[in-house]
Amino acid sequence: MSDATHDARTQILDGIRRSLRRGELAGEARNAVDARLAEPPRGPSVARARLPQAEKVALFCQWAEALNATVARVGAADVPGEVTAYLARNNLPATVAMAPSPLLEGYDWSSQKMLSIRRGRGEGSDQVSVTGAFAGIAETGTVVMASGPDHPVSLNLLPDTHVVVLREADIVGGYEDVWERLRARYGKSRMPRTVNTITGPSRTGDIEQAMELGAHGPRRMHILVVRD
Amino acid sequence: MESTAHAFKENVGHALADPNLQDSLAKLKVGFSERRRQAAERLPEFEALRDRARDIKNHTLAHLDFYLEEFERKVIGLGGHVHWAPTAADARRIIAELCQSVNARTVAKSKSMVAEEIALNEHLEALGIAPIETDLGEYIIQLRNEPPSHIIAPAVHLTKDQVADTFLEHHAKLGFDKRLTERNDLVAEARYVLRQKFLDADVGLTGANFLVAETGSSMLVTNEGNADLSNTLPRMHIVLASIEKVIPTLEDAAVLLRVLARSATGQESSAYTTLNTGPKRPGDLDGPDQYHVVLLDNGRSSVLGTEMQEILRCIRCGACMNHCPVYGAVGGHAYGWVYPGPMGAVLTPQLVGVEEASNLPNASTFCGRCESVCPVRIPLPKLMRHWREREFEKHLTPKAVRQGLALWSFAARRPALYRRLTGIANRVLALFGRADGRYRALPLAGGWTRFRDFPAPQPGGTFHARWAKRKA
Repeated sequence: MSDATHDARTQILDGIRRSLRRGELAGEARNAVDARLAEPPRGPSVARARLPQAEKVALFCQWAEALNATVARVGAADVPGEVTAYLARNNLPATVAMAPSPLLEGYDWSSQKMLSIRRGRGEGSDQVSVTGAFAGIAETGTVVMASGPDHPVSLNLLPDTHVVVLREADIVGGYEDVWERLRARYGKSRMPRTVNTITGPSRTGDIEQAMELGAHGPRRMHILVVRD
Repeated sequence: MESTAHAFKENVGHALADPNLQDSLAKLKVGFSERRRQAAERLPEFEALRDRARDIKNHTLAHLDFYLEEFERKVIGLGGHVHWAPTAADARRIIAELCQSVNARTVAKSKSMVAEEIALNEHLEALGIAPIETDLGEYIIQLRNEPPSHIIAPAVHLTKDQVADTFLEHHAKLGFDKRLTERNDLVAEARYVLRQKFLDADVGLTGANFLVAETGSSMLVTNEGNADLSNTLPRMHIVLASIEKVIPTLEDAAVLLRVLARSATGQESSAYTTLNTGPKRPGDLDGPDQYHVVLLDNGRSSVLGTEMQEILRCIRCGACMNHCPVYGAVGGHAYGWVYPGPMGAVLTPQLVGVEEASNLPNASTFCGRCESVCPVRIPLPKLMRHWREREFEKHLTPKAVRQGLALWSFAARRPALYRRLTGIANRVLALFGRADGRYRALPLAGGWTRFRDFPAPQPGGTFHARWAKRKA
């Protein structure tokens, strides 16, 4: 840390403490905030997502569709076929950029003779991407993407059409349940480089407050909800 | 940007006479505010969440130094960098040096009100670095060389036709020489033009809605996906955030997210809520090599512990301006600086000085709608009243107003005299106004009667007299 950085830092922190009329937090007060960080208290819980798992899945689908995504509920064996069929239904090319993830490799893509798959990050020219999802949030029909070697962030953003494969078991009630899962997977207070929570296709209300789809991210989002 | 808050009255004159602006503002009442009402009704826990959101922000502000240090520790632990900027000039210098360190020619910018506050674009341009606004609204006003007029919808003052003209003017040289008439075509054209700029940018600069101390993450809430492209594609990601954006934990973020989108646009959820934590990790196929957070104070630390502290709870949703009759009549530009509407009327005097901005806290009817919709329950009318008091103490109030108030207070402190004077005035006004029941013009009250009639008193005497009679 250079002297200038150090001075600026001290200046701001000292300014805050002067305004709060105290020194650096110590003793009881410090223990209290340490404890709050260690065991984060939850806010008021939202009743609409406190449901048995099957109803959570239904609520997820309902909200995702209300917020302009499309949803197909399929068995694991039908995932590759549904991807191909979706592309055909929408007159999209049978060429996809796919996340190099073990979850997706678990499906039999070789069954789709006409489907051309490139595995890797997203490119500016990609029309369609296929990715998994770390979780789904029933409360708002939101999919959650955790970045890593198996899930490049660019696949969530660059293509015109984003096809998401989400297992029913990964659908949870609210954000708080996602945080718990992230802590379980990555460790307490550790996060993947990027967590994208995405609700429907990209949109903008910047012209006359009317929502238009397809601003900078995908114009279409299709979610395959896979039965356990 | 240079403040014109001192010229509020002239600005208002222009705003009221601008038919395009008035058309655009008419849509606010049926747009954001009606959608907010519906979204709040759909969530029975909404009011309890607002209470909790207020408490979280209060808790954070009371321990702001602790949470900032905790946030910094986490960012550094993940290979990121934290830069502390006491002033706007410090923040501009730090960001410029970061851009120069990678020989940046272009910076893909995602909408940031703090960047507007520190006038970052002008500074970068002067150094030969091109800032490219990628949020659609910001892009439109950058082409038009205008400041934003709303904190979440920067081009809300423009009609679709004005946007179409602007695109034709600036995109014709790129081969788009047809004037568009549909909103979705305008969006598609901007998407196409900006896509290559994302891919070419050397640096991505975003703001932050929240900084999460627990994990060292910056959190961004957008609808377009432009912020995510800005922080994914370029090799350096700079986050510019003011110090009060820090919150303790992810659980706190969950509460604030539930009130933010609903209060802002009436959405159940914005399309993209993104947490960024440090630079690209080993094995990652994309993401920036460098991750920097610039923490700006710019006078905020001195607001802590004062009667104005509550404004630091603001999460910049824009609900206060969407529901403000004054904003709804004159739009955001009239306020003369970066932050318009009720939150701007409180924050601007703090950031540019009460001498410059004393008109703003007076531009309120104190109807209280802003406070009634604020997701973190900031008592905006009370804070505006504090500014009026400070203005009076500093003798910034116009002489005529001061003399009028002095006269009124002389009478008001002498009840017998006050009753006698109001009794006379009541009788005189009733006598001459009885025929019409109203006055079209009245001496000393031209400021009122120029725009509306003044009602003549009804039979029965003054309020005092009628009250006394009722109690008897």
